[in-house]
Parts: sequence; C-alpha cells; structure tokens
Amino acid sequence: MEQMVDDSLEDAFQHRIDAEVKIEPRDWMPERYRASLVRQIAQHAHSEIIGMQPEGNWITRAPSLRRKAILLAKVQDEAGHGLYLYSAAETLGVDREALVDMLQTGRQKYSSIFNYPTLSWADVGSIGWLVDGAAITNQLALTHTSYGPYARAMVKICREESFHQRQGFELLWHLSHGTEAQHEMAQESVNRWWWPSLMMFGPPDHSSPNSEQSMRWGIKRVSNDELRRRFVDMTVPQARALGVLLPDPELRWNESTGHHDFGPINWDEFHRVVGGDGPCNAERLTRRRRAHEEGEWVREAARSWATRHVPARIEAA
Amino acid sequence: MTDALAATRSRLCDYALALGDDCLILSHRLSEWTGNAPDFEEDVALSNLALDLLGQARGLLTHAGELEGSGRSEDDLAYWRDDLQFRNLILVEQPKGDFAWTVTRNLLFSTYQELLYQELSQSAEPILAGIAAKGALEASYHCEHAALWTARLGDGTAESHQRMEQALMALWPLTGEMFELAPGQAELVSAGLAVDPSLVLEQWQLRVGEKLQDATLSIPRVPQRRCQGRLGFHSEHLGHLLAEMQHLHRSHPDASW
Amino acid sequence: MTQSSGLPLWEIFVRSRRGMSHIHVGSLHAADWEMAVQNARDLYTRRGEGVSIWAVAATEIHASDPDDKGPLFDPPADKVYRHPTFYEVPEDLKL
Ligand SMILES: [Fe+2]
Ligand SMILES: [Fe+2]
Repeated sequence: MEQMVDDSLEDAFQHRIDAEVKIEPRDWMPERYRASLVRQIAQHAHSEIIGMQPEGNWITRAPSLRRKAILLAKVQDEAGHGLYLYSAAETLGVDREALVDMLQTGRQKYSSIFNYPTLSWADVGSIGWLVDGAAITNQLALTHTSYGPYARAMVKICREESFHQRQGFELLWHLSHGTEAQHEMAQESVNRWWWPSLMMFGPPDHSSPNSEQSMRWGIKRVSNDELRRRFVDMTVPQARALGVLLPDPELRWNESTGHHDFGPINWDEFHRVVGGDGPCNAERLTRRRRAHEEGEWVREAARSWATRHVPARIEAA
Repeated sequence: MTDALAATRSRLCDYALALGDDCLILSHRLSEWTGNAPDFEEDVALSNLALDLLGQARGLLTHAGELEGSGRSEDDLAYWRDDLQFRNLILVEQPKGDFAWTVTRNLLFSTYQELLYQELSQSAEPILAGIAAKGALEASYHCEHAALWTARLGDGTAESHQRMEQALMALWPLTGEMFELAPGQAELVSAGLAVDPSLVLEQWQLRVGEKLQDATLSIPRVPQRRCQGRLGFHSEHLGHLLAEMQHLHRSHPDASW
Repeated sequence: MTQSSGLPLWEIFVRSRRGMSHIHVGSLHAADWEMAVQNARDLYTRRGEGVSIWAVAATEIHASDPDDKGPLFDPPADKVYRHPTFYEVPEDLKL
C-alpha cells in the first residue's frame, strides 16, 4: 500500500517535471531527488567558497588599484554566490553548518579546478575568462533546473558572473597586448588553465553514471559533452581576439559538424585531482578549516550576546 | 602660478596624500580577511569595507597627483613611493590581527574618519569636499559595522571580552596621531581648505567611549605613544606590506595593466 | 532535520524600489536580527538593489501546506470575473 502511494506520488512528480513546472521546497519529492539535489547544490556552494582562495591569493599583489578593486569585488561576489547556494540547499531541510562540515572533512567535494595554483597574475585573467566562462556555460543551463530555489539562485548568480568573465578577458587582453613579458605571462597561464577548464564539465557522457537520472529529473538540463562543446565553440574565437593560442594541436573547426574538434582530455589527471592528489587539495582544505576554527570564538560570542540581548526593535515597513 | 598658490597646492597635495594613504593601507589590511573571515557573511562585509576604502584612496591619490601637477597617477603614487614617503597613520598599517583587533581598529578609525570627513565636506576645496561627503556616508556605515561587533565581542564571552581588551590596550596608544596637525597644514586650516583634526578629538572620545561602555569595555588607561607616520616614520610593518603590494607592479616598470 | 550548531537562519526580503513590495531574495545566518539586517545589506544589495530590508527569523515563518490546494490556491471557479479574460472588449482596442 505504502509503495503504491509512493508510486503514484512519484508519477505525479515526474509529470510535473515533464511539464516544466518548478518543484518548490514544500512539494512532495522522491527522497533520491532531494538527496541528489542537496549533493549537487552543496558541491556547487563549496566550489564558490573554495574558489575564493586561488584568486584571493592575488588581491594584495594586484598590479594596479583599478585591478585590485575589480578583483576584490569579484572574490567578494564568489562568497555571495556560496551563500545564495547554501541558502537554496537549506530549503531542502539541511543545515549549512552541516554542509560546511562535510566540505571541511572532505566528505563532500568542490570543483577540482580550484586545486590548481595561481602562479602568476595572468592566472587571475585565465580564471575569469576560462574558469568563470566554463562556469557560466554550466550555470546558464542550470537556470532552467527543475528545483525552484536552485534555479532562482542561478539566475542571480549568472547576472553577476558576466562581469567576472569580462574582467578576466579584459585583464588578459591588456597582458597579451602589453609588453613582451606580459604577453608571455598571458600565454603561459592559458597553457596551464585550458585543459583543466575543459575538465570542469565532468567526465564524458558515456561514463557519467548519475547524469541520466539527473536529466530525467530536470536537475541537469544539458549533458557534460554538450556543455563542453558549447564552451569550446564560444572560446575559440575569443582566444583569437585575445591573441593567445589554445594549447591543443588538434583543435580545429569541423565544417561537417559545425563545431570544433579538440584533442583528448587527460582523464587520468582529472581523476587524480578529484581523488585528492591535485597540486593544492590539502592547502585549500587546511585554509578553509583554519578560517572556520579561528572564527569559532567570534560566532560563539555572537550567539552568547544574542541570548542575553534583544536589539531594540524597529518597525518593519 | 604665484608662489603662494604653488605652496598651497603642494600642501594640499600632502594633505590629500595623507588621507589617501590611510585609506589605501587600511583597505589592504582589511582585504587580507577576504576568504579568512569568521563567517561567510563576514567575508562579504569586510570586503565591502575594503572596497569602500580603496575607492576613497583612489579618489584622494588621483587628486593628490593633480595637485602636485607632475602627472603622477594613483598607481604611480601607490606603487612607486617607498615607506618613508607614505603619510598614513601608524594605526592603519598594524597587521590584520585577530577579528577583535580588526573590529577595534575599525571602531577607532572609522569614528575618526566619519567626524573628519563631515568637517572636510565643508572645505572650500570642492574636490576634497566631494570626496569627503561621499566618504562620510561610507564611514558612518563602517562605524555601524564596528559598533555592532564591538558590542557582541565586548559583551559576548569571557574570551571575546579579553581579546577586545587586549586589542584596545595595544591600539589605543596609536590613536593620538590621528588628532595632530601635520606640519605646514595650519595654513590650509585657516584658509578653510583642510580640517584641524584636534577639533574632533572630544567628539571622538565621546562616541568611542559610548560604544565601549555599551560593550562593557572602557577606554584603557595607557599613555599615547609618539607616532610619526604622517612624517613618513613608520613601524616595520609597512615595509613588508609595501613589498607585497608593489612587487609585481615594479617588476614591470614599463607595463600597463 | 539536522540540529544546527551554527547561527540561526533568517529569511531576507528586499524592496528594490519605492512603490514595490518586499520580495523574498534568500536567507543568511546571523546571531540576531541586527546582524541579519547588516549582513543582508552587504549580501543582497551589493549592487544597490535595495531600499528596504526585512529579516525574518526562519522559525517564525508559517507556511500553508502545498498539497492542500483546494481552498487556498485554486482560483474559485465561481469568481471568474476576477480575471481580465472574463471581459470581452473590441479587438482593435488596447485595454
Ligand atoms: Fe561564482
Ligand atoms: Fe565567478
């Protein structure tokens, strides 16, 4: 009997999804839908938070005050994105503190791209142009995701992301049209970030086990390979305009498919970095944990104050 | 240009530089919190403070360059001066410290800055007055942020109270410098161009004292230290800050970014 | 639901322009409402999106049951006159 009720609920649920009706927090949903959303949104939120580190690494060294202001605002935005996403995850009945704990104990992942180091100033440009560019490709698709709060968070985030990609592009443009040393800095950085950016879309469709169910539930709207293809097609002409080369000898326009062909991605490297053996995995988590631990006495003080004081009310209007 | 006018411009340039350097250096210290704050909400808040101050610094340094008439840009002034040429307060170059330290410094500095800017917004020098008017609004927001946290940390737990006391003991002796008139600036004050900071001392003590009292803290009984940041004599901290800030820019002297 | 060891959750509503209603924009964590409003200003109105902010303790929000759709949400069939399509107007008239 239980089972039958669940089945009919699940049918109704799938029906809603197929009709493009958004699922909202208090709607009935299959437990697996909820769990898989929590996992995906949390992982996305963690990526925004950890993503502050590689770029934050250059805030105090930005080579002009204008660039410093832009970078600071950008990294601040990423903290905001993390918060929008945790907020969306919390509508599913999980608590942010618990999610952050999962991140900090390594039980939930974040995007592997942030396990690569920022070794030169040009990396700030490459991250904005390529990494945010790839993120936008993915996030634009997610504005149509089936869960309302997640879709709304994506809309807000996408609005802010376009500034991120543009500032990265502009930064690199100045480098590649600057002195010889600057041009080299730009090219060297693009060489390092190109392949990891392609990996951001995840494993190829044929070996991506969770994708199919995610697509059926409308959580994922576009497949990994299709997103990757969109990104490459978008980026190639931008690279030409920038005057930098993308480090792939097999990259070329394919008249018959109407898309670019590109060389094989090193999935061994991808799995190694996802598995924890990337250049910065340990550093990123250590730093995150330290900030959290060092903040504990502050949060404790705020909690303690709030139990003994109620700030004077102002009337809502 | 008459000699007198040139002298006034040069004094005004020094004045704008001093105010701008305060903002630039404190902004740098606050930006060190981005990604390291006690909570994600606070990452956003502290970055906002840093951004406001950086904006003020850029306005003031750009204006200083114009007054100087040498064509030096905000970046020339930020990246190509050495420690001895910086005019900021010793207070703002102190390391980032813990969160109690940052909150305490923000309370002491933002209150000063708001009062100073309110006066300066009446300056007969229209550009300075404009920067100050906008800055006063931002500073009042910074004061609010500092006051909220001062109350919560001062009257929070035994640990947070103790940390606030320690920060106050260490930072209070560095505040005297804020209210000293730098050499050569009496003329600017009498011409209605600049503000004599000693005029806001009383109000500053009153306001800071109130906030501390709300937080079960009090003004520490410690003597002021002799600070000469306004003359270019800094603590050792500034050199390291500048080394980090200026290194990339100076490594590519002929580049633009 | 997991018991939180973090700070309480606040739902944030922002009025972006005079003449508009407050709209729910998301949530955040803070120890008390004053910090919640302060944080909301930084987080949800960084680009000058807001002129007024409400912070409501998440525990104080009471919701209707979404499956109890009868009386609350179904547009009462007997009040079709509430809908603009109920009225016939000449086709070339913009109304
Ligand atoms: Fe982001
Ligand atoms: Fe971004």
